[in-house]
Amino acid sequence: MRAFEYASPTSTKQALSLLGAASGGALVLAGGTDLLALMKDDIVHPKRLVNIKEIRELDGVASSSLGLRIGALTTLADLADNVNIVKDYSALADALNEAASPQIRNMATLGGNLCQRPRCWYFRNGLGLLPKDQSGKDLVATGENRYHAILGNDGPAKFVSPSSIAPALIAYGAKIRLIGPNGKRELPLDKFFVIPKTEDQREHDLKRDEIVTEVVLPPAADLKSAHYEIRQKDAFDWPLATAAVVFQMSGSTVQSARVVMGYVAPTPWLSEEAAQAIIGKSISEETAKAAADAAVQAAKPLSQNAYKVQLARVAVKRAILKAGGAA
Amino acid sequence: MPDFAWPTAEDRSLIGKRISRLDSPDKVSGRAKYNYDYHPSGPMLFGKVLRSPHAKAKILSVDTTAAQKMPGVEAVEVIQKIGGTVQWAGDEIAAVAAVDEGTAEEAIRAINVKYEPLAYLVSDAEPPAGSAEAPGPMSEDDVWDAIDNQMPERQFLEYLKEHGVSFHPEEDLLKQFKGDGASDAILDALRKAAYHEPSGSGTRSPYQKAAATTQGDPDKAFAEASVVSEGVYGTSVITHCCLESHGSTAEWPDKDHLFVHISTQNVSGVPSQMAEPLGVPAANIRVHQDHIGGGFGSKFSADRWDITAAKLSRKAGGRPVRIMLERDAELKVAGARPSAYARVKVAASKDGSITGWQSQSWGTGGPGGGGSPPIPYVFSIPNQRKEHTAIRNNIGPARAWRAPNHPQAAVITMGALDDLAAKINMDPIDLWLKNLSLTGPRQKVYEEEFGVASDLMDWKQKWRPRGQNISGNVARGLGLSLHTWGGRGHASQCDVNIHPDGSVDVKIGTQDIGTGTRTTLAIVAAETLGLPIEAIKLYIGDTQYPPSGASGGSTTPGGVSSSTRRAAVEAREALFAKVAPALNATPEQLECKDKTVRVKGDSGRSLSWKEACSKIGAVPITARGKNPDKEHPPDLTNSGVGGVQMADVEVDMETGIVKVRKMVAVQDCGLIIDLKTAESSCYGALTMGISYALFEEKVMDQATGTMLNANMEFYRLAGYNDIPELVVHMMTGKGYDERGVIGLGEPPVISPGAAISNAVANAIGVRVSYLPLTPDRVLAALGQKAGA
Ligand SMILES: Cc1cc2nc3c(=O)[nH]c(=O)nc-3n(C[C@H](O)[C@H](O)[C@H](O)COP(=O)(O)OP(=O)(O)OC[C@H]3O[C@@H](n4cnc5c(N)ncnc54)[C@H](O)[C@@H]3O)c2cc1C
Repeated sequence: MRAFEYASPTSTKQALSLLGAASGGALVLAGGTDLLALMKDDIVHPKRLVNIKEIRELDGVASSSLGLRIGALTTLADLADNVNIVKDYSALADALNEAASPQIRNMATLGGNLCQRPRCWYFRNGLGLLPKDQSGKDLVATGENRYHAILGNDGPAKFVSPSSIAPALIAYGAKIRLIGPNGKRELPLDKFFVIPKTEDQREHDLKRDEIVTEVVLPPAADLKSAHYEIRQKDAFDWPLATAAVVFQMSGSTVQSARVVMGYVAPTPWLSEEAAQAIIGKSISEETAKAAADAAVQAAKPLSQNAYKVQLARVAVKRAILKAGGAA
Repeated sequence: MPDFAWPTAEDRSLIGKRISRLDSPDKVSGRAKYNYDYHPSGPMLFGKVLRSPHAKAKILSVDTTAAQKMPGVEAVEVIQKIGGTVQWAGDEIAAVAAVDEGTAEEAIRAINVKYEPLAYLVSDAEPPAGSAEAPGPMSEDDVWDAIDNQMPERQFLEYLKEHGVSFHPEEDLLKQFKGDGASDAILDALRKAAYHEPSGSGTRSPYQKAAATTQGDPDKAFAEASVVSEGVYGTSVITHCCLESHGSTAEWPDKDHLFVHISTQNVSGVPSQMAEPLGVPAANIRVHQDHIGGGFGSKFSADRWDITAAKLSRKAGGRPVRIMLERDAELKVAGARPSAYARVKVAASKDGSITGWQSQSWGTGGPGGGGSPPIPYVFSIPNQRKEHTAIRNNIGPARAWRAPNHPQAAVITMGALDDLAAKINMDPIDLWLKNLSLTGPRQKVYEEEFGVASDLMDWKQKWRPRGQNISGNVARGLGLSLHTWGGRGHASQCDVNIHPDGSVDVKIGTQDIGTGTRTTLAIVAAETLGLPIEAIKLYIGDTQYPPSGASGGSTTPGGVSSSTRRAAVEAREALFAKVAPALNATPEQLECKDKTVRVKGDSGRSLSWKEACSKIGAVPITARGKNPDKEHPPDLTNSGVGGVQMADVEVDMETGIVKVRKMVAVQDCGLIIDLKTAESSCYGALTMGISYALFEEKVMDQATGTMLNANMEFYRLAGYNDIPELVVHMMTGKGYDERGVIGLGEPPVISPGAAISNAVANAIGVRVSYLPLTPDRVLAALGQKAGA
């Protein structure tokens, strides 16, 4: 690992000035479970780390009639234990419990989870997020792409978004709040994830001197929801495909729906097609299957990952059935 | 002459019982010190290696000026010859030693290397038709390459014998080869190798065809067969992924003596490997290791980085220099198991009697190509035709991996037999039993083992024909395999000392590679001397003790138990001679039992162990035992075991995800010293087997020439949750015990891949050709079946 400066501010104000002053060479450090690995592998080399874990205002969950406000520093382990999440946000609770490993969940923060960098093995081998060879040829399109994107992969970005928490949050309509030198802003969480077109763009709508402060979840007490993941190994492994679904029901009929897939695209993938397919229907094997087919209809698999189309389809189908009460 | 034979069943109080490993408390509490944990008393330097980013490139220049000047850098060493060629990404170029890791990293980044990148191949896909060329004689360059590429010695020797050389190896040149790491056996083979004119074009095809071998009359067998079953089978390149990576700490207490803490399976062998390249007598090199965190066949030799650490230390005035590989280097360069794939045809009669075998196989072991798998495995099918093409590519060198070539051969052979059984609607057990006469000397063992295994698996109850046990999305299936291995004890020497105060120590230059060697030694010595295990003080893992062979090929238990037994019996006899007068008896009348020395059959005439030892006098009793030792019969070790394994799996038909539900392993290994560690060996092997069956694969990228998953996220190893119920049964008693001690490290790891692959085929109704059985492969096989 290369040498770096280390700062540990206790307020967001201090943190912002420390981030700005290093003129692009500073990075926010939260739980460090991703950032330190990136530094050891020499993928990122910040001049300065700004540790935000001493900023108390960024930690903790507040519940009100408007829903939940989750501080960016809240760990995945604490979130998984939060009574409100366990009670009303079962898709999120499941996603939290299945993510990574207990050790990592104890360290990993929600802000860090949303801002973590892709696990694309070309990227992690120092070949860039949009890896190309010297002649400019896309390395992923013709290379080892078994874990890469099947949707949203028309451009140079073919990695998959790494958070298994984000799809569940997006399914509930979460918003993300940020603070920067010019003040605060808020945006729907799905808009926070962007598909980069050039190597110097990030896969987040996050400026170098901005900090994620919190995530806001609307109330969900009267919603049906579920999360389904497909992983090869039972633990300490990355999912191959996930799906989170949230339904507003009217009797046994789906009135409104959000279906979000993970690990299929460079961003969490909100499927309008799947939602439309199930709205107005009751939940059954047949309607779940139809919605699942709709979810992957636009998929364009690469040379090695056609199987992921099937996995994504199954994840959506099983998530819908699980939300509908099937085991 | 004293009787060295193993005690009979009635006379054993420790041998064959379930005894907990002596090193467990140290390991689980963190007291056990691995080589990584060694911290010299003085300040240590950290060595780092600069590695090639190219899969194949000529080294044009290496400029270390900037690194040399960096504060904190104490020594710099260029490893490659300028003008030489590196053959894999990650190969060692140069190294530095510095006061801390950060400085060492900065320094290797400051080394400026100019490469001329060359064309390379990292794929091991089936060779295009007609691409393979016949092997020719080795040129001088080929020999340099073979040495640099760490071609396995056996393969090297066989190649020289078969194909000769196209140059005249003068003694001067041989000396240089030796300096580069060639063994005496290789030098000898080079001297004797036949000379042939260099062969044609100069550019070599990466595809090298071995001569086809034919046995019996395969054409007739296939023409007359009532059934012919065809299939493709194989297993990918995997790595050893030792949890303690390769490496060492080297220091020079004075300018003539080297002291090395090295992670090795071969303590006694390291000095002579390091002597030549360092220019010091082997006798001046001391090697020490307490515990090793995994080797699996990849740690028999002092590696280039170990030699480099010693050179850096010498340059730095003898200060200790540590080079332990980083995780990515460990996976990229420190060893891989060759791949093997084959197109197979099996001929049989309607009743399942196998009459013919045809195979076209291919695979890679890196730049050396790799040998052909021993197929058909175990079953010597009367009529055979086999062709093998070795792929010489740039994925890095292969190393022995537990039971070299056997797991691959088992996957290919047992898969082909299983497909045949399915084709004729036969329960695989019946097909295997029907053809057991083709398995040779272990036939009766297999028969007994099949009985035990099928009971433990409840096979007859649970087995269904292919694809007929599916409910909802879940398919279940059973599969089986069998295997064999040698396992005769290696050369070993051991000292047993009995001191006048009654203390006993055992000194032996072996190593406990996690297999329970310490426990074996203590049990043998304690049993022989009638003492509890705690009474034996063990000294192992150091070249100060009598030399003992490398721990590989399941040779350690047979070797060390034999030498220890002989030493302990000799020591006991010497003690009897000293004690006999005090008991008014002749030495022959005495026995050691229950911490006493006593007259056989006369419990009144007995001395406590301590009293007895007080008769020794001032000088301790010292006895040296050896293996092999024809002068002190009987032979205490043996060779040749058989094992049968069965797997019960569950496959999600929609996702292609395979879960193993249960594994059964039934295994013999002659006389078992410690039943508990023997069973543990099998549990460990099954765990490793599940891991390579389902998850492990060295993923190489042709566009960049590098390994993409050189980490433990995407180089997946089975975790705790992936390991199901494991049932192990060791064959013991009559027919087994009297064979003597046989090793167990390799055999149980051979069959899991084949058994799991067969179980998956049984579950889903179609063969998934290659391991690991990943969801993409399972779904593709299901898709082909649906489309067919
Ligand atoms: C083996 C393994 C398995 C894993 N499996 C999963 C999984 O199944 N699902 C899953 O979702 N994740 C998984 N992870 C990833 C893990 O969840 C993330 O590493 C973790 O959530 C990152 O959080 P952190 O607080 O440690 O972030 P850090 O490592 O501290 O930071 C990560 C990135 O986010 C930035 N950052 C952090 N906080 C903020 C903030 N408040 N504002 C702006 N930028 C910020 C940092 O600058 C850095 O770029 C796995 C990780 C490992 C190692």
